[in-house]
Amino acid sequence: MEDFAEDEKVDLDTIYRDANVEEILERLDRELIGLVPVKTRIREVAALLVVDRLRKSLDLATSTPSMHMSFTGNPGTGKTTVALRMAEILHRLEYVRSGHLVSVTRDDLVGQYIGHTAPKTKEVLKKAMGGVLFIDEAYYLYKPENERDYGAEAIEILLQAMENQRDDLVVILAGYKDRMDQFFSSNPGMNSRIAHHIDFPDYGDEELLAIAKLMLASMNYRFSEEAAETFRRYIELRRLQPYFANARSIRNALDRARLRQANRIFDRRGEGLTRKDLITIEAEDLLASRIFSVRSE
Amino acid sequence: MMTNYGNRLTQGQFSYLPDLTDDQIKAQLRWAISHGWAVSVEYTDDPHPRNTYWDMFGLPMFDLKDPAGMMMEIDECRKTFPNHYVRVMAFSSERGVESPTMSFIVNRPANEPGFKLTRIEGPGRTQSYSITAYAIDSPEGERY
Repeated sequence: MEDFAEDEKVDLDTIYRDANVEEILERLDRELIGLVPVKTRIREVAALLVVDRLRKSLDLATSTPSMHMSFTGNPGTGKTTVALRMAEILHRLEYVRSGHLVSVTRDDLVGQYIGHTAPKTKEVLKKAMGGVLFIDEAYYLYKPENERDYGAEAIEILLQAMENQRDDLVVILAGYKDRMDQFFSSNPGMNSRIAHHIDFPDYGDEELLAIAKLMLASMNYRFSEEAAETFRRYIELRRLQPYFANARSIRNALDRARLRQANRIFDRRGEGLTRKDLITIEAEDLLASRIFSVRSE
Repeated sequence: MMTNYGNRLTQGQFSYLPDLTDDQIKAQLRWAISHGWAVSVEYTDDPHPRNTYWDMFGLPMFDLKDPAGMMMEIDECRKTFPNHYVRVMAFSSERGVESPTMSFIVNRPANEPGFKLTRIEGPGRTQSYSITAYAIDSPEGERY
């Protein structure tokens, strides 16, 4: 360390540019609506990794920071989407070597008989090496009501890999908030090995509308002006219904609207069709939804 | 002694070099992965050069994308068979190749006595030769 003057200038910008972090963070901003706490945390992580790389280039001691994460939040708040992005970000920052995401659930980790779990879990770990292991609905791993459940064995092996092979593997656990909290309180070892607990907030109405427009644009559709207004009302009403799943409900609603739009166009056979007709979702496609009839009752 | 140069088995790649370190093995594995070859681990305690079919340790690792996972498998095999020969193979399924493209030893017994050369007298003073590993006299699993 004595080789370097304390006030020597270091070039943070070059590393930042080289890693193309800015580009990927901008894309994150553009393609993911809302999710402010999530984006803030990702920015922080990116900053840490960039600074760490800089420190390494000056031969300053760096310990590999732990990057295991837990994503909690209600259904449809974008946990899986962000996990996919996370793999890419960590790859760009050279934290993981290959940047692939292996997405598993309890089924892929826990075996059916004694001695089946360990090889199964290890198989998955091997597959995820050099990338990100994403465990969806992680709380299913631990079933306290059944003491002979093999989930505990899988957790044990996971913990070991999370601790000893930090350089090779990043584990991201995801699940609904309340059940994940329960999971962590019964597995304190897991809790302490996860550095980043990120909570995904529910989307606001405006955010959901923006998401809907983004989804439509990616499918080469768009709302007519009237339809956009109708959809805003749809979101307000849908939120009050049971099983509201944020962006997932929006996707389903849009899929049904496309169905109705296709039907409407089909019924009008013979009349001239334009490109505009094919890409526009009209208010009537949305108004036919069950949601609006519930209100009139 | 020609059949046992430096008291070491010389088969496959890198066998005249000192044993590869784990990092060097990983670098080789990265090469195999980057070509899309299927890496597998095999072991044997019958090192005769004509014994081309060694026992497979698990299935070939078709779906691994990183050397770290393969290294786990290699370590597992070394732990299970510390006194066997263990080799890593890479198989190319490319049309027209469809055969192993890499093969190197990653584990060898502590003591390798080598091979015995037998001269066999044939009719009309013809001489034929045969080699046998000294270790092969004991039954399988107890050789090294």
